[in-house]
Amino acid sequence: MAFSDTLDVRVTDTSLRDGSHAKRHRFSETDVRAVVAALDDAGMPVIEVAHGDGLGGSSFNFGFSAVDERTLIAAAVDQASRAKIAALMLPGVGTKDDIKAACDLGVAIVRVATHCTEADISEQHFKLARDMGMETVGFLMMSHSADPATLAAQARIMADAGAQCVYVVDSAGALILDDVTARVAALVEELGSDAQVGFHGHENLSLSLANTVLAVRAGAVQVDGSTRRLGAGSGNTSCEALAAVADRIGIRTGLDVIKMADAAEDVVRPVMDGECVLDRLSLMMGYAGVYSSFLKHAWRAAQRYNVPGAEILLECGRRKLVGGQEDQIIQIAAHLAATRAA
Amino acid sequence: MATAAIVGSGNIGTDLLYKLLRSPHIEPRWMIGVDPASEGLRRARELGLEASPDGVDWLLAQAELPDIVFEATSAYVHVRNAPRYREAGIRCVDLTPAARGPFVVPPANLGEHLGEMNVNMVTCGGQATIPIVAAVSRVAPVDYAEIVATVASRSAGPGTRQNIDEFTRTTAKAVEAIGGAARGKAIIILNPAEPPLMMRDTIYCSLPLDADLDKVDRSIRDMAGEVRSYVPGYRLVADPQFDVPFADHDFGRVAVFVEVEGAGDFLPPYAGNLDIMTAAATKVGEEIAKAHFRAATKETV
Repeated sequence: MAFSDTLDVRVTDTSLRDGSHAKRHRFSETDVRAVVAALDDAGMPVIEVAHGDGLGGSSFNFGFSAVDERTLIAAAVDQASRAKIAALMLPGVGTKDDIKAACDLGVAIVRVATHCTEADISEQHFKLARDMGMETVGFLMMSHSADPATLAAQARIMADAGAQCVYVVDSAGALILDDVTARVAALVEELGSDAQVGFHGHENLSLSLANTVLAVRAGAVQVDGSTRRLGAGSGNTSCEALAAVADRIGIRTGLDVIKMADAAEDVVRPVMDGECVLDRLSLMMGYAGVYSSFLKHAWRAAQRYNVPGAEILLECGRRKLVGGQEDQIIQIAAHLAATRAA
Repeated sequence: MATAAIVGSGNIGTDLLYKLLRSPHIEPRWMIGVDPASEGLRRARELGLEASPDGVDWLLAQAELPDIVFEATSAYVHVRNAPRYREAGIRCVDLTPAARGPFVVPPANLGEHLGEMNVNMVTCGGQATIPIVAAVSRVAPVDYAEIVATVASRSAGPGTRQNIDEFTRTTAKAVEAIGGAARGKAIIILNPAEPPLMMRDTIYCSLPLDADLDKVDRSIRDMAGEVRSYVPGYRLVADPQFDVPFADHDFGRVAVFVEVEGAGDFLPPYAGNLDIMTAAATKVGEEIAKAHFRAATKETV
């Protein structure tokens, strides 16, 4: 099974979307143009650009964008010569209006993301996107929290609604090797030729690249990565390392390994506020199963309320918070502070 | 006391029925559904109502018509029913997102619309959050308000799921129109955790750098008390949190954290999102009854 005649796997670079979290939603148009130009030249087939929490994500809850995402998307579309531009949207955060606007700006692929048990909130968005002729991808977030059969049933809902590919999304970076194989295989079996299967990893347990290779071996034909791992938590699967590994084991990605290594070092790194590292807080996210983009919020709340960030994240895990509940981080921190003062 | 019909015999209609039965100002007499096998109709009969599966046609053909109808169907159905109630001279409290009449959020603007023939209850998230936005905007200018409603997956029915954009759009509009924010945004999150979590709402309002924070804090607490008078399970789960300025912006922020525990009349307590809807609709119905129908009250059960 392959993505196409020429590619075994199609890679989507999400450094300009997932990386928005690490960058605290402060990409400039210059940043976007530089990264898109370098990745386009290195053969990256898809580049995702949006607020980290998807279209319409600029908010108190998630953080305000320094530059309107529509300006950034327009710049990316203008800059890319070969790469398709994708955008993420979360029903409940963005709306169909955001998908329409993205389509008008030249976005070719819309990726609609829900918590992995709530796929039915995405139906109207897939339908709209398909009606407008966009390519569609479904994102089942926090996939570690559902068993393979549940996940496959949810993937079926998305595929029936119009998703052409459904991703197992390891938002917390909590999936461990065989967990990935089992989930991807369950989706492949359920979807058959109705839709492709994809995988999106995070590095919180230091497994993103290994998990991605296992996903491909289990039948995933689309995978995500971020150049220089620029993403939430400790970042995503490294695109440049993925290009190199895929080349060594004979998986065709179309990526130029040397150009990707150069893009990571010379173009993406200078855009970053700091490297995405597997530090104490990121490790806690993978360990406790916490949504990766909570990292910066937890860090800020820890500073603001003078409480340990790791305790905040472990409590997020205990409360089984899902993506979008960034508001509860403040409440947890305020509660911890009050408890300590008492 | 006013007589009332509940149109829609599902979960919301049934929960509303229990609340209306307790009201000293409203006598629920009719329950209307479309399915003869409806559990809600059976319950209504047991509780002494006339119940019919023959829809609004049946209701409007009765010799005696209700003073008030509570619509607990869907936006689609209400759009068709609304003109028929109006022609029959029946006042309507609409719990669907159809928005045929003005939005009503009891402590924020109920008094303004008691004369309307059709009022709309916005959304569950709107009922839980807009009073707080109004509480801030009555003491400080709010350029931007944003609400995050988190509900248990189990309490989000197919209507909400398939129309999630309508929830965010309608709520955001009412945050502006009723809450008094210049710009509004709404986010809804479904959480499948077991046991199901209580409805949680967070309200963020922007504040000018020179806002009187004590005044804002008092106004929020007063308003939470007002909401609690008709939604007993409504509470602030933390002190209002002030960040002035907010990050490196030239404005401040207050964050307010609310939990809504349902009364458990028919729906489980975690479904505070549905409870606040039926409790607010009951409150609105009572005020309409007091304003337009004779003052005699029934004995409370």
